[in-house]
Amino acid sequence: MAKQLMKDPLNLIISGVAGQGNVLIAMLIGNALVENGYQVMFGQTFGSNQRGGSVRNYIRISNETKYSPIIPQGHGDIILGMEPIETMRMLREFGNPNVMTVVNPRAIMSIDTRGGTTEYPDIDKLLADIERLSSKTWIINATEEAQKMGNPILANVILAGGLIGANILPLEKNSFESLLQERFPRAFEINLKAFNRGIELAKS
Amino acid sequence: MPDIDIDAPGKSLLLMGNEAIARGALEAGIGFASSYPGTPSSEILPAIAGVARKRNIYAQWSVNETVALESAAGAALAGIRSLASMKQNGVQVASDFLGTLPLRPAGSGLVLVSCDDPEGRNSGSGEMDTRPVAKWLDIPLLEPGDMQEAKDMTKWLFDVSEELDIVCMLRCVSKISHSRGNVVLGELPGKEHKAYFDIKKPARIGSPIGMHIQLLQKIEKARERFESAPFNRYVGPDKPELLIITCGASWLHSQEAVKAMELTDRVGILKLGTLYPLPEKFCESYLGKSQNILVVEEIAPFIERSVMELTANLPALEPRPIFYGKRSGHIRSYGELNPDVVIEAISKIMGVSYQSRSSDYDKQFESAPENYSVTRTGGICPGCSHKAAHWAIKQALERDGREGFETSDIGCYTNGLGPDGFYVAKTLYCMGGGAGVANGLGNLGQFGFNQPVLAAAGDSTFFHAVMPSLVNGVYNQSNFILVVLDNSATSMTGFQPHPGTGQNAMGESAPVVSIEAICRSLGIRVEVCDPYDIEKTTDILADLMTMESGVRVIIMERECELLRARRDGPLYKVHVDAALCLGEACVYDNVCQTWHCTALLWNKEEDHAWIDPVICAGCGVCADICPQGAIIKEAGE
Repeated sequence: MAKQLMKDPLNLIISGVAGQGNVLIAMLIGNALVENGYQVMFGQTFGSNQRGGSVRNYIRISNETKYSPIIPQGHGDIILGMEPIETMRMLREFGNPNVMTVVNPRAIMSIDTRGGTTEYPDIDKLLADIERLSSKTWIINATEEAQKMGNPILANVILAGGLIGANILPLEKNSFESLLQERFPRAFEINLKAFNRGIELAKS
Repeated sequence: MPDIDIDAPGKSLLLMGNEAIARGALEAGIGFASSYPGTPSSEILPAIAGVARKRNIYAQWSVNETVALESAAGAALAGIRSLASMKQNGVQVASDFLGTLPLRPAGSGLVLVSCDDPEGRNSGSGEMDTRPVAKWLDIPLLEPGDMQEAKDMTKWLFDVSEELDIVCMLRCVSKISHSRGNVVLGELPGKEHKAYFDIKKPARIGSPIGMHIQLLQKIEKARERFESAPFNRYVGPDKPELLIITCGASWLHSQEAVKAMELTDRVGILKLGTLYPLPEKFCESYLGKSQNILVVEEIAPFIERSVMELTANLPALEPRPIFYGKRSGHIRSYGELNPDVVIEAISKIMGVSYQSRSSDYDKQFESAPENYSVTRTGGICPGCSHKAAHWAIKQALERDGREGFETSDIGCYTNGLGPDGFYVAKTLYCMGGGAGVANGLGNLGQFGFNQPVLAAAGDSTFFHAVMPSLVNGVYNQSNFILVVLDNSATSMTGFQPHPGTGQNAMGESAPVVSIEAICRSLGIRVEVCDPYDIEKTTDILADLMTMESGVRVIIMERECELLRARRDGPLYKVHVDAALCLGEACVYDNVCQTWHCTALLWNKEEDHAWIDPVICAGCGVCADICPQGAIIKEAGE
């Protein structure tokens, strides 16, 4: 039997832009949860494009039963936002006074923000509003850190580390090592480094 | 993700619905699997193919769904349990063969998996419901309500198929096919298969009427079998105020809605897994439980009508039920459902109020800036050769000046209809529909039609459904240009191999069927080019348009950039030289911004274009678009 949850079901949302690798980390977290004995239902919503559209992953964690692959409105507990505007979108749909948020502050422009009709919002104000709408917020500069490590794609694994470092999921760091090894047989070292960097950033 | 053939009965794994179906087929002892890639069904075949050699299974990507189903039917006749899987539209492609299939013996077990995509979000051409196909053609039909059932039902269906000697169908919706959940594994059977076709038992027996009578008898046997199926059940109080009847993902949404509204002691749920033929006695025993019945299902009112039909045959049923669902307007007949849709329906019927979160929290969004919900219109990936191809098409059409247009088809290049393909495409139907429509348009010369028609087709689509149209066009001297956008993969559904790629589903090398050789064999003009070379591509297209008659083919060859870059890294490092960029004062009308690439952006403060290195794929084509030469590409490492 898995550990008692702070709430059952515990509803985690991982959102971002297609191409950021958000499904991959949702898979890592989902597999780690099942290995730790939880009942998991993990649904996704995405557009037809491989790159550039909004993507959301819903992970329902329970000790009792399987829930819907879609979280009801206003019932989000934890949001991992890989992009600020996508994080705000999730708060609008699933936020509530208790929701906790881990967010990557790096904006990815939408094709619709061009042509002068809409502009991407001011990042500082957007992040301040994300903090205001969350009971607790961790801002993890994942893209910036990933670029420092040599490849922006590592941002997703850094954020997964951030989520574990924030200590809001019923998972321990050591659950991930073998999963990372399995998923990245050739690039295990750099991904483990990115994961650990995320943990450090959440704790600092 | 571990292989789906791990031999660990009782172990709980996180499996996607499609992987669970594949596992169920393994547990049923299949020896043959075939499919054509199509969302949301595409993961079933690779899950089987990935373990095929280890499990002594044969798996193939067929050229289309008809051939996939026919192949599986052939294998089943020779005593090999067979699975054919496809998307909703695929069932329509295969429907001619499918119409005859239930009238024939199914051998040792034949299951057709049809994955429907409510919202049509992922399949491009629209949403549809394949359950009525099963009723129309008399095929026993099941629908799983979670991933565990996806596995268990698949296994169970093979036994039913063999026992009743009829093809059986599993319908699965996106939110089951593509969601992941715990699945407890069962036992794997032995790997021995012996294929043998008994020539004393031909697959067409008796007169058409005789075969039909036999089919009707099989359906009644299936109904009896379904009465005690482990996939139909009731949860809730003995006398509920409201009875929900549901299936598939809607079962999960319904349970959640009742729980969230704290109505578990007032609302009952009848969950059905066997949808056709309906287990009537089982349903009857619950229909009298409540006067109010809400049917929750995705897309068509399939169960709703079946249950209404059944009720009409139960004159003694008192009180007469009041039905809520699609007909009453409580559940929509389009789009994917979710718990909130069910909550709203229950709320309306029972007059129970429900609030998802505090109104204070809601209020905080009222004053939020409008651009906090800025949209992200789906588009083509950075580096996609289809963008370059469409830029060339647009330029060639403008040069020609006769209001030419593209008839599009199903694939990533469907983006030709939108800003990513510069709106050059004007029609979109089904696979092969682009070339088919072009055939008709190309025969209108006698009525004064002189607009150039360019039919687009991907490489996989070419094999799937374009070849007959191409032959028709040559034979009937239709006047159009077939543009084959050959990116060496079935990219839209996840890069599956096809006859042109030199690889088969099991990852082994296979003969390469050349699109160019096929086209040349027809004795028509065929041009081959690289769409990244926009200037040359435009020139060839413009020249082809001046040729006034017959079918002409241009094959634009460029491997899907996602695949190529994954293997070899980016081609170029691309950046904007801010000093060279003319900014808003650009004399070339900011042509780079009409290129519409998600990586090629505009820095308003400093008034110049810029390229986001996090997004840029490094194709370098935009450097050729800027007449000012302000976009610089340097060879990658």
